[in-house]
Amino acid sequence: MMESGPITGPVATDATAGETALRSSDLAGIPAKPNPAAEERGGTIWQRFAFRRPLAALILQRLGLSVGLLFAVSLMIFGGIEALPGDFATTYLGQSATPQAVENIRQDLGLDRPWSERYLSWLGGAVQGDFGTSWASRNSVSEQIGNRLGNSLFLAFFAALVSVPLAVGLGMLAVQFRNRLPDKIINVISLAAISLPEFFIGYLLIMYFAVEWGVATFPATVYNGMGFTDRLSAIALPVATLVLVVLAHMMRMTRAAILNVMSSAYVETAELKGLGTFRIIARHAAPNAVAPVINVIALNLAYLVVGVVVVEVVFVYPGMGQYMVDAVTVRDMPVVQACGLIFAAFYIFLNMAADILAILANPRLRHPR
Amino acid sequence: MPDLLSVKNLKIEATSYPPGEPPKVVTLVEGVSFDLEKGKVLGLIGESGAGKSTIGLSALAYGRGGCRIIGGEVLLNGKNILTLGRSGINAVRGAQVCYVAQSAAAAFNPAHKLGDQVIEASLRHGIMSREEASERALYLFRVLGLPNPENFGDRYPHQVSGGQLQRAMTAMALCSKPDLIVFDEPTTALDVTTQIDVLAAIKHAIEETDTAALYITHDLAVVAQISDDIMVLRHGKTVEYGTTKQVIEAPREEYTRALVSVRQAKRDEAPDQTGSLLKIEHVHAGYANGFKVLHDVSMHLPKGQTLAIVGESGSGKSTLARVITGLLPPSEGRITFEGKELPKALKGRSNDELRRIQMIYQMADTAMNPRQTVRDIVGRPLSFYFGMHGARKTERVKELLDQIEMGTPFLDRYPAELSGGQKQRVAIARALAAQPEIILCDEPTSALDPLVAEGILNLLLKLQEETAVSYVFITHDIAIVRAIADSVAVMHRGRLVRFGPKSKVLAPPFDDYTDLLLKSVPEMEIGWLEKVLQTRRMESAGN
Repeated sequence: MMESGPITGPVATDATAGETALRSSDLAGIPAKPNPAAEERGGTIWQRFAFRRPLAALILQRLGLSVGLLFAVSLMIFGGIEALPGDFATTYLGQSATPQAVENIRQDLGLDRPWSERYLSWLGGAVQGDFGTSWASRNSVSEQIGNRLGNSLFLAFFAALVSVPLAVGLGMLAVQFRNRLPDKIINVISLAAISLPEFFIGYLLIMYFAVEWGVATFPATVYNGMGFTDRLSAIALPVATLVLVVLAHMMRMTRAAILNVMSSAYVETAELKGLGTFRIIARHAAPNAVAPVINVIALNLAYLVVGVVVVEVVFVYPGMGQYMVDAVTVRDMPVVQACGLIFAAFYIFLNMAADILAILANPRLRHPR
Repeated sequence: MPDLLSVKNLKIEATSYPPGEPPKVVTLVEGVSFDLEKGKVLGLIGESGAGKSTIGLSALAYGRGGCRIIGGEVLLNGKNILTLGRSGINAVRGAQVCYVAQSAAAAFNPAHKLGDQVIEASLRHGIMSREEASERALYLFRVLGLPNPENFGDRYPHQVSGGQLQRAMTAMALCSKPDLIVFDEPTTALDVTTQIDVLAAIKHAIEETDTAALYITHDLAVVAQISDDIMVLRHGKTVEYGTTKQVIEAPREEYTRALVSVRQAKRDEAPDQTGSLLKIEHVHAGYANGFKVLHDVSMHLPKGQTLAIVGESGSGKSTLARVITGLLPPSEGRITFEGKELPKALKGRSNDELRRIQMIYQMADTAMNPRQTVRDIVGRPLSFYFGMHGARKTERVKELLDQIEMGTPFLDRYPAELSGGQKQRVAIARALAAQPEIILCDEPTSALDPLVAEGILNLLLKLQEETAVSYVFITHDIAIVRAIADSVAVMHRGRLVRFGPKSKVLAPPFDDYTDLLLKSVPEMEIGWLEKVLQTRRMESAGN
């Protein structure tokens, strides 16, 4: 930006401004209108609020959008499942189904009611945390999900705990040694890890760590009442797989975001102050590279919860992903719907959190003029 | 007494990577030598590409963007800083030598408070404690005339104006009590009325703290106010080096004489200014967010004449151009062209109405498609408005290139292969191709060097004589207004302050704003700054 900011420079200018304004309106013979911006500020309550507290307004707006989006997604999940060919009754009864038996089951499950009615009753339950009962196992879906979700979050939490600091740290390291050997090694290894399919990484790890050397546990099955350390050792391999998969993405984004900032004029200013490289990266570059990095981290965290189906299946880990896949194969709709909605909620929540953090990281919004 | 800074036979190179060719090594600076005593100011002056910033940064042993200092010596207090290692040079930067960048808005980190950034170097170099540094920062904020000096350091860069940021940057450089400060065009990006305050503040602060300075600028009138010696540079070589008095009043070299006499051209205004090809009546306009920019603006432009719209940034002059082109429909008022009202919005205008008003921009680079040749760029309006193609079109493009004094060899060049002045000429040819009746010129010369800019202005005047085209010329530069305008409109904060024939607008009695604007334009005269400040002080005392 070459333009200088708005003129508030010399006092002399300010003093004369009022007079000149008066003069020009005198010349035109029409009295000057009151400032329209000020007029607008008197508008709706929301407009006045947005003017006085831009940060709070933006955050409230994001929250509102997220809730609206979640409702839209619930509708899409329900509609998508409605559109699937075949239903639970035909899948359950198999080839030998008589029309009468199919009709009975449909009536039993309430499938004969119109879809809008079923959607509203499902949504009403979901809002209160009741996702109905599974058609296949006749268990409460909420109860089942409670267990499974806990397992999934346990896995995701440890994968995030390792991968996020590692990725950001490696990214900063790569910037400090850019285009030198450490940068190149970090780049090549992370690229290799992201290029291999996750199931392949999983099987490689199993083959070497569990089969050949016998240092890790496989399968990674956890159950109620298992000790904390046992759990940790059980999830070591899946966590390692997940870390390898998400690391490269976050690391490369951190590197790119910081490098982008490193070419800015204020980093040159810092260099000309005689500051050391690390201080320049950590204090002058990193705070301005936060927003894009947060976005990538949020996307990867969402992936750790939502996209781990393959890893869970490879390691026979009883998480949400496997639960959902099992339910899809038998058309157990309450379970599929509940899983879909929870995944969507995680996705939307994490992206919203990233948005809000990026807003908070912007000094222009945090400290309005 | 030994010199504080002594530069001997400096040679600086860079590697350039032209597209499609092998990299080549370019010499940016060669054989430059100068000495600077403690407390003195040396002005480095030249066009862009003269190597003045590169030389300035060599005092910090810094090569920007791949520049390498490969020869000569830079002696600071008798020690050659070019031979220092990384930690050695870091101890010099920010402690003994400080740098003030052209765009303070970009050079301050948006994420930290101004105060923290101002004292950072002093703390990191262990020159003073946090309390001492904060106290010194406060003192400097006062010396530099910043508003609310006590709280100024708590503000973030986006919360203060451009002129204040530039002064804060000077405070940042002075904070660690350096021996030398390099000022790299510190006032170029500012409005004239702001420039004079910053200039005075810098001069006062340099005198107050007895610091030496290298002052880099392309504006000889500015450097005349502040420096003891002047070095004129061109193509990385010294043209002339002497005291300010000698260089300004008795330049030895032809090039320096050209710089001193630039823009002394004046054109007489047209005697009859009653006709109106374009008439702007009571226009109000604003943006969708409710921010109103223009308030009741009226002016007119006779055929074949030039209307200069002058004002500072934020005065609404570019917005007015957008209203005339139809890019921004006015909320009230009307615009008539040859007595017929123009549809307010771009969409409502016919192709012929569009053809008759063309535009050229400040940044010719960004206004041209980098993937099209000059032939395509100039030829486009020909096929769009007149349906020309083939040999006829090429013939016409050649004619236009002759008119802008460039000629056939440039037909198949890409914009990247043209200099700044040539790009602006191509932009003019593109506007002319539509055979317009009005060309809106939005600061077409402010990104160009003075001599190149003068060439463009002369070309515009010549074309006006040949084709009787009218210009609406938007500028912040009073010298240009004097040189080319018939009528002048002075704008300030979205309102018309003054409008009329040039001889009336630029002659007393003035209103306060026009007076301030005219008095703020630096003149090529030693002691001008003091004189203006003196009259200002007397006036404010009189009030």
